[in-house]
Amino acid sequence: MSETMLKVRDLQAWYGESHVLHGMNFEVPKGEIVTLLGRNGAGKTTTLRCIIGLLRQREGSVTFMGEETIGQSANVIARRGIAFCPEERGIFASLSVRENLLLPPKVAEGGMSLDRIYELFPILKKRGGSQGTKLSGGEQQMLAIARILRSGARLLLLDEPTEGLAPVIVQQIGEIIGNLRDEGFTILLVEQNFRFAERMGDRHFVVEHGQVIDRFDRDELDGNRGKITGYLGV
Amino acid sequence: MMDLLGIPLPVLMGQLLIGLINGAFYAVLSLGLALIFGLLNIVNFAHGALYMVGAFVAFLLLDVLGIGYWWALLLSPVIVGLFGMVIERFLLRPIADLDHLYGLLLTFGLALLLEGLFRQVYGVAGETYAIPDSLQGGYNLGFMFLPTYRAWVLAASIVVCAATWYLIEMTRLGATMRAAVENADLVRAFGVNVPLLVTVTYGFGVALAAFAGVLAAPIYSVNPLMGSNIIIVVFAIVVIGGLGSIKGAIISGFLLGLFEGLTRVFYPEASNIIIFVVMAIVLIVRPAGLFGKAA
Ligand SMILES: Nc1ncnc2c1ncn2[C@@H]1O[C@H](COP(=O)(O)OP(=O)(O)OP(=O)(O)O)[C@@H](O)[C@H]1O
Ligand SMILES: [Mg+2]
Repeated sequence: MSETMLKVRDLQAWYGESHVLHGMNFEVPKGEIVTLLGRNGAGKTTTLRCIIGLLRQREGSVTFMGEETIGQSANVIARRGIAFCPEERGIFASLSVRENLLLPPKVAEGGMSLDRIYELFPILKKRGGSQGTKLSGGEQQMLAIARILRSGARLLLLDEPTEGLAPVIVQQIGEIIGNLRDEGFTILLVEQNFRFAERMGDRHFVVEHGQVIDRFDRDELDGNRGKITGYLGV
Repeated sequence: MMDLLGIPLPVLMGQLLIGLINGAFYAVLSLGLALIFGLLNIVNFAHGALYMVGAFVAFLLLDVLGIGYWWALLLSPVIVGLFGMVIERFLLRPIADLDHLYGLLLTFGLALLLEGLFRQVYGVAGETYAIPDSLQGGYNLGFMFLPTYRAWVLAASIVVCAATWYLIEMTRLGATMRAAVENADLVRAFGVNVPLLVTVTYGFGVALAAFAGVLAAPIYSVNPLMGSNIIIVVFAIVVIGGLGSIKGAIISGFLLGLFEGLTRVFYPEASNIIIFVVMAIVLIVRPAGLFGKAA
């Protein structure tokens, strides 16, 4: 097995008094796409918010490239080379498409060039001057992914990038994410859409009630579809 | 003699000029308030006091160290801006997660403290600050006399407002600030040190107030109460422009200054309250302000 990029051990998290993560354990090998699957409210988004440091009430261990990040704040963790694409996409209304794209600062060398980004997402070049939130849902999702590619971060946290999008757009986003893996990005993908997740992921972790309750590698999926759809309640 | 609606033109123009000058101070002050409100979500009640401190720093630089107007115009905003950054870092940041009412009360207390302090030392009579030699005199425009210093105040305010607008709307730093106003967490998750950005923004906002204070020193007397006299009007202007709107603060600052001047010509009895009347009307018709985004 290749080098581990991200390792999560006994991760606990709270929103005020409410305890929502009860010891998450999983790891993300370098260069792979790993998915977190689970029903609504299982704790997938919370896990990503802990990794990037937005949720401060967290305990346990999250190591990125061998270094502990659990006590650090989001801006410090991001500078280590982790990029976050939130579930609600987070396109800024007071910024143009181009300003949204250029917003995240460089955190490391080797980010994707603007030319390559425009090659992957031609619409962003065409609509560069529009207000960010004037884009369609699918275009906003493209922008949300595109803007974290320039920074030089090597680990991408993608929270339900296909949520609420038409099948043809989901197809395009799948191709883009595949491209990103081919270009060497490591991706932690949160999904409820199992058909999308199984196509993209190299390994899958099933989350329920704030814990990982099962895991499958790509080649283990065939015999376990019934079990997985049972977990996801689909 | 030329006149308009029975008002001699020089009188009209003179009042309009005074209105425009007041508008220049309103614009620079409400601009700083708008910036601070955008990122910190508090109405900075200390703004007027820091404007007054800006004027006093200019006075003290001259009186104690013999440093003149031009250097004061640079140094006073820097000194007051740094002071503001200390206030933000050590007083406002620790309560940033509490209800915004606490921030408002804290800045209000700070304003009282600063005013009390300067009153204790300088009384309420105020000190005079001479117009620098290079800005003495004036121009005869034919229909009115334009004092050089007032022309300078107007030009300097317009340049400062335009430059600030450019910084916020046209640069990458400005885009980062606008984004942080919308969603500070996400901007942080991109690796931006938002707390530092907030500190610097507060410092910049109060530096603008100090700049206005230095501009004001030769026009009004340098007086511990000069801040509280003007700040209530400035709050009204920020509300009229739309809380947090940069463009709204600048435009309504100048416009309401002018409007106040016009009122002084045509219906002087109302000139002290006209801005509040406008505020009431705007709040009824467009609660988010002229340039504010409806919530
Ligand atoms: N801001 C919050 N305050 C309090 N509780 C929260 C908050 N956000 C989420 N929760 C709770 O934490 C639990 C985990 O939520 P989380 O958003 O991580 O789920 P999720 O797996 O991402 O779900 P979804 O698939 O619907 O996005 C849920 O029970 C949710 O109600
Ligand atoms: Mg979620």
